[in-house]
Amino acid sequence: MRKLHIVSAVSTLGLMAGLAHAGGHMASDMTLVSWGGAYQQSQINAYTDPYVAMNSGVTVTWDESSAEAVAKLRAMNEAGNITWDVVDVVAADALRLCDEGLAMEIDANDQLAAAPDGTSAEDDFGDLLVGDCFIPQIVYSTTFGYRTDMVPAGAEAPNDICDVFDLETYPGMRALEKRPINNVEWALLCDGVAKADVYDVLATEEGQEQALAKLDTIKDSVIWWSAGADTPQLLADGEIFMGSTYNGRLFAAIEEQGQPIGMMWDAQVFDLDGWIIPEGLSDERKARALDFVYFATDTQRLADQAKYISYGPARLSSAPLVGQHASLGIDMAPHMPTDPNNAANTFLYNYEFWADYRDDIDAKFQAWLAQ
Amino acid sequence: MSALSTTLTRPALLTFTMPIVAVLGACFGFVTGNIFGQPWIGFLVGAVIGAALTFVLAQVPQISRWKATWGTSAAFGAAGLVFGGAGGLVGGTVVGLCLGWFAAWIGSGQYRAGVPIYYTAGQTLWHNAFLFIAGLVFFFLVAPLVPVMWLSFNADDFFTFTPEMLAFKAEGYSLKHYRNFFSGGGEPVKGLLFGSVIGAALGAALQLLPDAERSFGKIIVLAIIGALIGVVVGKMWGLAGAEWMTPLKNSLIIAPFATLISVSLGTLAAIGLSQSHVPFRQWIMAIMISPMIVPLIISATGMFFFYAPLGNWLEANLGLSQSFVGYVKVILAHAVLGVPFVIITVTATLVGFDNSLTRAAANMGANPVTTFFRVQMPLILPGVISGGLFAFITSFDEVVVVLFVGSAQQQTLPWQMFTGLREQISPTILAAATILVTISILLLTTVELLRRRSERLRGLSPG
Repeated sequence: MRKLHIVSAVSTLGLMAGLAHAGGHMASDMTLVSWGGAYQQSQINAYTDPYVAMNSGVTVTWDESSAEAVAKLRAMNEAGNITWDVVDVVAADALRLCDEGLAMEIDANDQLAAAPDGTSAEDDFGDLLVGDCFIPQIVYSTTFGYRTDMVPAGAEAPNDICDVFDLETYPGMRALEKRPINNVEWALLCDGVAKADVYDVLATEEGQEQALAKLDTIKDSVIWWSAGADTPQLLADGEIFMGSTYNGRLFAAIEEQGQPIGMMWDAQVFDLDGWIIPEGLSDERKARALDFVYFATDTQRLADQAKYISYGPARLSSAPLVGQHASLGIDMAPHMPTDPNNAANTFLYNYEFWADYRDDIDAKFQAWLAQ
Repeated sequence: MSALSTTLTRPALLTFTMPIVAVLGACFGFVTGNIFGQPWIGFLVGAVIGAALTFVLAQVPQISRWKATWGTSAAFGAAGLVFGGAGGLVGGTVVGLCLGWFAAWIGSGQYRAGVPIYYTAGQTLWHNAFLFIAGLVFFFLVAPLVPVMWLSFNADDFFTFTPEMLAFKAEGYSLKHYRNFFSGGGEPVKGLLFGSVIGAALGAALQLLPDAERSFGKIIVLAIIGALIGVVVGKMWGLAGAEWMTPLKNSLIIAPFATLISVSLGTLAAIGLSQSHVPFRQWIMAIMISPMIVPLIISATGMFFFYAPLGNWLEANLGLSQSFVGYVKVILAHAVLGVPFVIITVTATLVGFDNSLTRAAANMGANPVTTFFRVQMPLILPGVISGGLFAFITSFDEVVVVLFVGSAQQQTLPWQMFTGLREQISPTILAAATILVTISILLLTTVELLRRRSERLRGLSPG
């Protein structure tokens, strides 16, 4: 009996030592944070698979936590235990993290690759380098998809943002994101406000009331989504007639899954998504993170990502390299939100406005939702 | 009872059987009619079919109930096939089964079989209504699993019953979500061979022990167990970055260690707390049980801030790697959650434990450790095992604490299901759920069969 106990104790110790050894070499582990789904898959295909092929011995762990990146990084910082190495966030979150000192400042010319023709990284990314910490990756847009088989007989397919608010011509449920951003802009646009004045109007109390009043006209026909996967699922189920979501999700549902869904690009809202590196990493980990980001945001890599998902690369020099979808073989350019045919009427996410007004309008919007 | 049930009489056809079955037929007709947008026409047609069915069955009273039921089912299925294809076949068979069984059951007077002959109509009705409600409870417990399992064979990447699925066409179904679940990982076949050889060798070695009972069966059983473990270990070997296999591997690392710790500590705590001379027993017990009562999110937040500096200290001073420390943190946190279950079940078994046995053992010269392992442990083992099962399931199912305490390297299966459900709504989650349910059912069935076998061998129960 005693012998057995000694044996089991020794084997437990051995196992623990084995575990400790398995995770031994620090700088070779890298935890990347992203959004999951087709988007993360495109990053695996375009960035990490070639990176690991070039740097054997590096293991990459993915964490699908970008949605709560700000809260989690705050908590990690407070606890003094940063477990993430490179984090994929939208530009607005990157600005917040940068302001709070949770993200590392990046010198684009020094720490990012120059374009093949020698253009500096700063010029290649241009205006998209918002803030001091953000390393842009893609331009995506929030836009509408609709069920092609549910368009009422005799009506045209919806092609105007105000069709969202037109319950008479296009009856049926809509899916809108459960936050004011984008929704209030669309509401004002369809309530007679000129595009140039939207943010001036929204800055006033009456303007906010006006936007909510317009949304009130369709409130009973709206399902509110909070994850990017919700709208494609609802469209596939036929539970909604139209809904907003990220254009890449719609591309996947239409082209890869063959769902009867059409795109309505009118008044799409561009936004940026990219990497940040958390502040407070050890030198070894920081070096690995910077090395990865240098590789993953060069001209060719950004163009490669567009083979797998219909988001526009953030570098000017990548645009001409965008080719065909890796498995479907269709040209990707017409599916990009930045394609001239799709970009007739667009918004760019207004970082300054929403930084100032987000909390206030958020509170009003949530109160209105609960009514 | 059987003597009473031989006197069953067939109830009146026109005033009793026919209207009742017609009502059920109308219900089915209403549902079926709804699919075609004509619920009330369906209602009428259903009522007529129900009445006609009872009439037909009444003409052939000599055939058995089961023949009547399956005959109706086959007839309805055939009709469904003619009108609605493969989907109609399945729908018709199911509806025919229900309606045929019901008509035969009512028509033959069998509904009084379970009650004494002196029961009034009201009492009989209540007796059968009660059985019906019990069946309904069972149905609502189990039914939600059926669409999950069904949808896991979807050929689409959405949680949607496609028209092809509903029509039972082959192109509507696929195993791709299962392939996706099992993708990645090492060498299950090698693991199987190694595991079975090692298991068989272990079994053979056990035969060589001086006081062993010689049995060939043991070698086989150990080889099978070894093969099963070998498949899992082989599949997990050298695994990195697989979407589902890595979380499964993490769950299989974390849950057993957490269970081991909870069971050891919980059993000792329960034995200590059952001694009457321990001061403040109720208070200590309350604190030990508290992880079960405190909302999980609060425990999780507390644990996050408690384990973070501990982990930092381990990394800085003992030179342990971040991922190893991460596992330690999650295992400790899960062990804390599992302890209350072990304490409760072991305390419950200790209530029936006769303390004079330990005194008798001491009287014969056994030290406390020997007494514990040779006398007390075998008697409270059922409580320890069921507590351990609870602790294991707690860890295996836990998502909140691991999200807080763990990092992505310790991503467990529930974590992956949680984020997957939120971010991508992929039916692979359903495949994972189906596999887990199947494994749980097999595990519990095996445990129950083994328990019955050992009871039979020990002569505790007749069969």
